[in-house]
Amino acid sequence: MTISIRSVEKKFGRYPALNHVDLEIADGELVALLGPSGSGKTTLLRTIAGLEFPDAGQVLFEGQDVTFASAAARRVGFVFQQYALFKHMTVARNIAFGLDVRKGKDKPPKAEIARRVDELLKLVELDGLGKRYPSQLSGGQRQRVALSRALAVQPSVLLLDEPFGALDATVRKSLRKELRRVHDATGVTTIFVTHDQEEALGLADRVAILNAGRIEQIGTPDEVHDNPATPFVCGFVGEANRFEGTVSGGRFTSGAVSFDANGVKDGAAVGFVRPHDLAPDDGGFEVRVDRVHVQGALASVSASTADGRHVEITASRAEAARFTGTIKLAARKSHVYPA
Amino acid sequence: MTAPTRAHARRPTDDPLWAKALVIGLVLAFLGLVLILPLAAVFAEALRKGLGPAVAAISTPDAWAAIKLTLITAAIAVPFNALFGLCAAWAIAKHDFPGKPLLITLIDLPFSVSPVVAGLIYVLVFGLQGWFGERLIDHDIKIIFAIPGIVLATIFVTFPFIARELIPLMQEQGVSEEEAAVSMGASGLYTFWRVTAPNVRWGLLYGVLLCNARAMGEFGAVSVVSGHIRGLTNTMPLHVEILYNEYDFVSAFAVAALLCLLAIVTLVLKSVLEIAQPDVKRGGGH
Amino acid sequence: MAPSRSPTRILDDDHPMTAETISAPPRPAQRPLFRRRSAIPGFGLTLGVTLTILSLIVLIPLSAVAIKSSSLSPAQFLAAAFSERAIAAYRLTFGAAFVAAVINAVFGVLTTWALVRYEFPGKAVVNALVDLPFALPTAVAGIALATLYAPNGWVGQYLTPLGIKAAYNPVGVTIALIFIGLPFVVRTLEPVMRDLSADVEEAAASLGAGRFATIGRIILPALGPAWLTGFALAFARGVGEYGSVIFIAGNMPYKSEIAPLLIIIQLEQFEYANAAAIAVVMLAVSFLMLLVINAIQAWSRRFV
Repeated sequence: MTISIRSVEKKFGRYPALNHVDLEIADGELVALLGPSGSGKTTLLRTIAGLEFPDAGQVLFEGQDVTFASAAARRVGFVFQQYALFKHMTVARNIAFGLDVRKGKDKPPKAEIARRVDELLKLVELDGLGKRYPSQLSGGQRQRVALSRALAVQPSVLLLDEPFGALDATVRKSLRKELRRVHDATGVTTIFVTHDQEEALGLADRVAILNAGRIEQIGTPDEVHDNPATPFVCGFVGEANRFEGTVSGGRFTSGAVSFDANGVKDGAAVGFVRPHDLAPDDGGFEVRVDRVHVQGALASVSASTADGRHVEITASRAEAARFTGTIKLAARKSHVYPA
Repeated sequence: MTAPTRAHARRPTDDPLWAKALVIGLVLAFLGLVLILPLAAVFAEALRKGLGPAVAAISTPDAWAAIKLTLITAAIAVPFNALFGLCAAWAIAKHDFPGKPLLITLIDLPFSVSPVVAGLIYVLVFGLQGWFGERLIDHDIKIIFAIPGIVLATIFVTFPFIARELIPLMQEQGVSEEEAAVSMGASGLYTFWRVTAPNVRWGLLYGVLLCNARAMGEFGAVSVVSGHIRGLTNTMPLHVEILYNEYDFVSAFAVAALLCLLAIVTLVLKSVLEIAQPDVKRGGGH
Repeated sequence: MAPSRSPTRILDDDHPMTAETISAPPRPAQRPLFRRRSAIPGFGLTLGVTLTILSLIVLIPLSAVAIKSSSLSPAQFLAAAFSERAIAAYRLTFGAAFVAAVINAVFGVLTTWALVRYEFPGKAVVNALVDLPFALPTAVAGIALATLYAPNGWVGQYLTPLGIKAAYNPVGVTIALIFIGLPFVVRTLEPVMRDLSADVEEAAASLGAGRFATIGRIILPALGPAWLTGFALAFARGVGEYGSVIFIAGNMPYKSEIAPLLIIIQLEQFEYANAAAIAVVMLAVSFLMLLVINAIQAWSRRFV
C-alpha cells in the first residue's frame, strides 16, 4: 500500500498543526514520524488514519483519494498511545472486535475468528492469555494486545501513535525488536510516531522529521543523521555543538571557534559540530578542558574557549587521556546553515 | 525545651485529639439537628396513633391514585431525561464544537430556576391565557391541571441530572476507545452499545437514581401546574400537602414516611454505587 | 472544496494520457456537505436532538416569562415586580437564603473536614445522610420542620421559653433553607479537599508553620473557590426554594412571605403578567448567580 500526503493543512483553532505537509510512503515501508511535542506528528498520523480530517490537501491510498473516507473504509490498523483497549472485554474479544463488527458475508465464521485470534496471540507471544482482561496485563502485554488487535483486520497500513511511550526502558527495547519482526513477517506498510530519536533511527527504514507542522526532512536514518537538511534536524537528531557566527570565504567563525563551511554563502550563519567529529589537531582552535566524564568505553569531554564558548567532545576512553589542560581542536565534519 | 514523648508525637497533617473531638462533635450535633431530627419526626408523627392508622392512610383510593401518578410521572420523566442525557453527553463529550461551554451552561439552567418559575412557564405556554391555550381548548387537549403538565414540569426540574452525570464521565474517558472501535469498522450505534455504554452504565444508573428521587419528590413546579385535583392530578408530595392542610397529620406523615423510605433507599443505593464504582461520583449531582 | 491549484482530471476519454496527467493527483473526493470534524459518528444527530429538546423543554418556555411580562407597561411592570409586598418578599427570600448559606458554609466546611480527614464510627452513614436533602421530597422536609419547630414541637418547646419564635417566622424560613442547602457546600468542597495533597501541608509544617497557620494560610485559601462556589450554589437553591419553606414560613404578607409564593398567589388570582414580572426578577437573580458561579470556577482554574 502506497500512501501519499499532498499539501495537507490542518488548524486547531488558530494554531496550525499541519502546514503544507507532503509525504510519499512506499509499499511495505516502515516509517517513523519524529518530532518534538506539538510538531504535528500525531495529527499527521491521525489524518492518515481518518481520525482527523484536513482543512486542505489530500490523502491518497494506492492513488485513491481517501481524504474524507472513514477510518473503517481505509482499513487502517491503529495502535493508540494508551492502547485504548476495551476494559470490559477479554483480550481475545478485544482482538476479535474488528472481525466481530463485520456484517453478513464479510463476517468470518466464529471458528475462523477464534483461529485468527490464536494466531495473532502467538505472533505477539501472548499465547494462553486470551481469557484475561486488559487490567490483568502488564504494560508491555497490553501493548502487544493493542498491536494484534490492530493487525486482526489485516490492515492495509499499520499506524502506531507513540507505541512505546508508556513503557519502561527494557520493555521498550524488546518491543521495538518485536515491532520490526512483526513488520517483516506481515510486510504491512507501517508508520509510527515517536519523539524518541533513538527509537526512530533504530527501527525505521525512513524517518520524517517534523517541526511546527512542517516536515523538515525525510530520509533514511543515516541520511538524516549525517546530512541534516536544516538546522532544526541537525540539532534534534543526534547530539551537536551549536555555534552562532558568520561565514566568510567558505569558513565559519564564532569567536575563537572556527571550522570549514564549504559552499555556504557569506553572512550570518549557525554551525553545528557533532561531539564525535571533534578531535585534537594542532591547526585547530584552542580550548581549555574543564571536565572528563568516562562512560564505559567512551568519554565525554567538556571544554570551553577563552571567550566562554562551551564545547562537548566525545572520544574513546584511551584518547581521553590526551585531554588535559589547554588543547587545540579541529572539526572533522561540520554542518553550517545560513541564519 | 522538653523532649516530646512518643505519645505526643504527631505527624504534621494530623490534628490534635481535642480538635478532632470538637469538630466531630459539632458536625454530628449539627447534622443530627438539621437532618436526623426531621427524618425521625416524620416517622414519629406517622406512627403517633400506631401502625394501623398509618397503613390505612396510605391505602385510601386518593393515596393510591397519588402513588400511581407519581410512579407514572417518574416512569416518563426519567427515561426521557436519560435519553436526552445520553444524546447530550455523546455530542458534548465525544466531539468538539464551538459554544460547548454555553451549551453545558444552558443544560444546567433548570438547576438555577426556582421550581415555582418552572411551573409558571408551562402555565404561560399551555395555560388558559397562554400561547396555545385557546387552540388546546378547541382540540379538547388538557395540559395544565392535567397529567401532561405534571410530566413536563417534572422533566424540567430534573432535566440536567443525568446529562450532568454523564458528560464529565464520558469526557474523562476520552475518545480513543471509540476511535479504535470505529477504525475497526464498528458503526456509531454498535460503538455506543459495545464500547461506550459498558463504560458509563454505572454513571448512568447513578444519574437515574438522583433524577428519580427528584422526579418523585418534586413539589413546587408540580404544585403550580397540577390544579390539586384529588384522585386525578395529585402526586404524593401534593397529597401530603393537602392532608397536612386539612390537619390530618397522621395521614400526611404516613404518606410522607413512604416518601422518606424512598429517599432512604435512594441514599443506600447511591452509597453502594459510590463504594463499588468510585468513578460515578465525578458528576457532582445536585 | 477543491484545493486552490486545480488538479488535472484523471484519464477521461477526451484526455489522452500524457506524462502530465499521470503525475497529477486524482480528483479530490467530494468533500462532505458538512465538514467532517470527528471520526466518531452521530454528532449531527445527537447534537440536533440535544438542541431540539433543550429548546422545547427549557429555552422556549423560559422565554415565555419575558414575553408575558413585556405585555405590561414599564410602570405596570415596576408596580408588579417591585410592589411593597414584593420587595418585602425579596428581602426575606434573599436574606434568609444568604444567612442559611453562611451557616451552611461554616458547618459545611467542618462536615467536609470530618468526612475527608477523620475516621469515626458511623462515618459511612453520615456521609450518605449528607445527601438526604437531595433525596428527600421538599414537602416532606417542610412538614417535618414545621412540626419540629412549632411552639409545641420537639425543638420549638425549648425555644419558646427563650423568646425565640422559629416556626411561622423568618427564622423558620432560614431553618428550612439550611436543610435544603447543606449538601451543596459539602459536595462542592469534598473533591477539592480530597485532592489537597498532604505534601503541601507537610512543606508548610517543615517551614515552621503551626497547625493553625497551616490551616489558615494554606488549606483554607486553597479551598476558597470551591467554598465560594458551594456557598453560591446553596444561596441560589435557597432563593428559589418553595416546598420546604411554605409549611414553616407562616406566609404572612410583608413578614414571612417568600417570593416564589408571591408568584403562586398572583397565579391563583389569574394575574399571569404580574406573576411573570416577579418571575423575571427571580430569573435575573438566578442568571446572575449562574454567572457568578461560572466566574468563580474560571477564576479557580488559574490555580491548576
